[in-house]
Amino acid sequence: MGIFRSSLFSEDMSVWGKIRQIAWGQVFFLCIYATIGFLSLYSAAGGSIDRWASPQIIRFIFAIGMLVAIAIVDIKWIFRIAYPFHIVVIFLLLLVDIFGHIGMGAQRWLDLGVMKIQPSELAKISTILCLARFYHGKELYEAKQFKNLIIPLMMILIPVALVVAQPDLGTGLAIVFGGVAMLFVGGVSIWLFIAGIVAAIAAVPIAWQFLHEYQQKRVLIFMNPESDPLGAGFHITQSKIALGSGGITGKGFLEGTQSHLNFLPEKHTDFIFTLWAEEWGLLGGLFLLAILGMIILYGYWIAFRCRSQFARLVAFGLTVNFSVYVLVNIGMVMGLLPVVGIPLPMMSYGGTALLSVMAAFGIIQCCNVHRDTRLPKGF
Amino acid sequence: MERDQEKIDSFTRRAFIIGALQGCALTVLGARLSWLQVIEGEKYKTLAEKNRINVRILPPSRGQIVDRFGVPLATNLQNFQVLVTPEQVESLEKTLTDLKKYISLDDGSIRKALRQAKLKPAYVPVEVRNKLNWDEVSIIELNLAKLPGVSIQAGDLRSYPYKEATGHIVGYVGRVAEAEMTSAPLLSMPGFLVGKSALEKKYETVLQGIPGKAEVEVNVHGRAVRELSRTASIQGERLVLSLDAEFQRFVQQRLTTERSAAAVVMDAVTGAVYALANHPSFDPNIFSGGISAMDWEQLRDDPAHPLNNKVAGGLYPPGSTFKVCTALAGLEAGVIDENTTTFCPGHYDFGNNRFHCWKVGGHGTVNVVGALAHSCDVYFYKMSNAVGIDRIAAMARRLGLGDALDFDLPETKAGEVPDTAWKRKQRGDKTWHPGETINASIGQGAMLASPLQLATMTARIVNGGKEVKPWLAGYAGSKKIFQEEAKAMGINPKHLELVCRGMAQVMQPGGTASAAQIKEPGMQMGGKTGTSQVKRISKAERASGVRRQEDLPWHLRHHGLFIGYAPVENPRYVCAVIVEHGGSGSGAAAPIAHDIMLEVQKRNPAVKEMEKI
Repeated sequence: MGIFRSSLFSEDMSVWGKIRQIAWGQVFFLCIYATIGFLSLYSAAGGSIDRWASPQIIRFIFAIGMLVAIAIVDIKWIFRIAYPFHIVVIFLLLLVDIFGHIGMGAQRWLDLGVMKIQPSELAKISTILCLARFYHGKELYEAKQFKNLIIPLMMILIPVALVVAQPDLGTGLAIVFGGVAMLFVGGVSIWLFIAGIVAAIAAVPIAWQFLHEYQQKRVLIFMNPESDPLGAGFHITQSKIALGSGGITGKGFLEGTQSHLNFLPEKHTDFIFTLWAEEWGLLGGLFLLAILGMIILYGYWIAFRCRSQFARLVAFGLTVNFSVYVLVNIGMVMGLLPVVGIPLPMMSYGGTALLSVMAAFGIIQCCNVHRDTRLPKGF
Repeated sequence: MERDQEKIDSFTRRAFIIGALQGCALTVLGARLSWLQVIEGEKYKTLAEKNRINVRILPPSRGQIVDRFGVPLATNLQNFQVLVTPEQVESLEKTLTDLKKYISLDDGSIRKALRQAKLKPAYVPVEVRNKLNWDEVSIIELNLAKLPGVSIQAGDLRSYPYKEATGHIVGYVGRVAEAEMTSAPLLSMPGFLVGKSALEKKYETVLQGIPGKAEVEVNVHGRAVRELSRTASIQGERLVLSLDAEFQRFVQQRLTTERSAAAVVMDAVTGAVYALANHPSFDPNIFSGGISAMDWEQLRDDPAHPLNNKVAGGLYPPGSTFKVCTALAGLEAGVIDENTTTFCPGHYDFGNNRFHCWKVGGHGTVNVVGALAHSCDVYFYKMSNAVGIDRIAAMARRLGLGDALDFDLPETKAGEVPDTAWKRKQRGDKTWHPGETINASIGQGAMLASPLQLATMTARIVNGGKEVKPWLAGYAGSKKIFQEEAKAMGINPKHLELVCRGMAQVMQPGGTASAAQIKEPGMQMGGKTGTSQVKRISKAERASGVRRQEDLPWHLRHHGLFIGYAPVENPRYVCAVIVEHGGSGSGAAAPIAHDIMLEVQKRNPAVKEMEKI
């Protein structure tokens, strides 16, 4: 039964049978995680549900439906569209750059009339799918060959260049991280990684020249936040005060003084973790980290039980993508990393980010549902 | 399948490494959180307690805009607003109904306040009403004890004392739009206003000023308890214009006899604009503090377009006013000279087409001065193809057409000067027809110019061929921002003098605008009338006797144009007047030019020094 005859939903499992195969444990943890987000948004709005919480809840309900729908799609179909999808996404990114250039200024949206899409969100997923498909078709010795590095590098660097041009450095870096992790588990030679790291360090002074002034400033202030306590360093300093003053048990729901007296910036987007940990203290913060740990662990568990290299790599790559966002955002609000303007996936207010994260988990679940499906070799 | 197993092993090994790294990272985050919240918790608790010091931005006052004598055209009034802080009241609705007992408050603003309150955190005060008068302020202050959560805030309200007269020059201010938002914290302050049109927009950075800072100690509820330190804001720079405000008002008033008209008066030597008026106009004050939807729709949908600055941004075929340019191009090209004459039978046949002179019987024999004085079309038709469109267009550009002239108003348009290259570019690879040159020679066809450009053209002819540019803003604070000296363009002074003589003859008995001549000795003016066609005169109409303009519906009548300069000896002032659908230049525009050119010479602003700081 060649795959090119397969329909969207494979024949060997009923829809109901597939739904039962979803790893509901991960969905459960996602729901808890989202609920923490709703509570925080409710608090961020000063105890108002209308402003941020209720739109986010409606989107989440919709997103759960989408997750299940994606999970039962036949993985052969995802396998087949991996390359064309990436090409379409690159084309969309190109359009955004062109329109952004005409519109004079940063632009990340593409208005299709009926809906607005953010191609950089799609690029995170399509890069992973594309790389997974590539390494699925390669034997290990082939993956180690230098000549087989060119194509995957192009798969990563083309969308990254277009995303960074928008300019959206945060998303660009996230795609690079996810992509490099994929190269690593795909089997690229260890020596190449060591050489790459050395080259990257050497390239830092050059890359520095290409950063926008505000980006350079962010890095400098990260090195020394006290240098500008009322300017850009303000964010980091205030976020640390908010976290620290939360103590072990927190200040109580809706009682966060730092957030509610407006010392905390962007409390409904980038700094939402701070708001949560200020009000719920160390216990709440560690609970949230544990939930995130469980979600990520589930992603690894799914990756390890998949029989095809494609499904393994997809589940792994998308999980890494999610955790990069989580780690970078939380590291940033704790003052461990520079302020890069990366939101906390799903918890930060914003529809597109929520939908794209849930779509990614839908694909991870799809890998789980079809963990025994065999996929053909070849480019 | 041995190879597959090898692949799985490699994947598993390496995925474990990355997983372990992530686990480490998560652990580091947990450890960091514990460090911050437990070990350093006390320290940060004290900091949070101390964190009652809030830095508040003090918005600067916007700079004034004044005329050349220091008369304010845009200034700031104190604006008292009533605010209610939702978190300090039991029921917002009840408080608002209570407020109604003391001040007038319509249902619309109550609804707006309730909606605002829903969107913002409860500790952010909501604006209930603007522009309170003294009585209202004092009655609220008196009853503040009975109105918990209510407060009064004083802010600036932009005010324009000259109202409609300067609406198109100073422009107006409004709330910062999302597209204008930058990282400057000043812009995100509630109620901060930025320039939205004309000079308010163009000189935003000059007028804005520098914000100050106040360190305020706040209590647990965020209410200010004590001010700790303060850096005062610095008011924006004062912008001094070339305008003479009283004269501006005079010109504006003079235009109100027409349904839609525009006029500009400027200095032929320096380019200083003394008046730039449009009718109908708008009162920029209605934008301060938010324009109502009804007012806005009324302005937007008015068929006479009161929001459009027709002087700088209105483009019209220049009509016969353009003949001064054609004549100069012909003289400079050597196609005609002082003595070249032509016989005008009332029409000119070229190929299969007959081009008509406006005068049915023709002008007889005319030379260049006579052709300008009587506005003889045939004279220009005949010379036009010998000069060629490219040389006519080049002269038009030298005289300031087809260029925005670096004028201060963002609404300024460049217009259109067609020639062969333009046609290739705009209309594809079509050839230029000689017939089009004939049309262009009398300012019809695709040529488009603004009254400001026509005034500039006149200035450059009568000032001896110097490349003046019009300007409005003279000083920003004490800094001079205008160009005083204009360089010579190298046009033969004899040719310029000849065109001037033609323009002077226009106002003499027999000339097209003789009725509008200024009688006062030493103040006589020269000029040129023009009529720009809105609707072509058809063959049938010509055969049945041309319909009188007054019989046509208003919107189909021709535009009346006039360019003028005065005094005839040593010209100092130039003007351009357009009366939209006024019928003809001599009938509609020239009488207005008479009045404003007489007035400007009486006031004589050119000899008075500009007010500086």
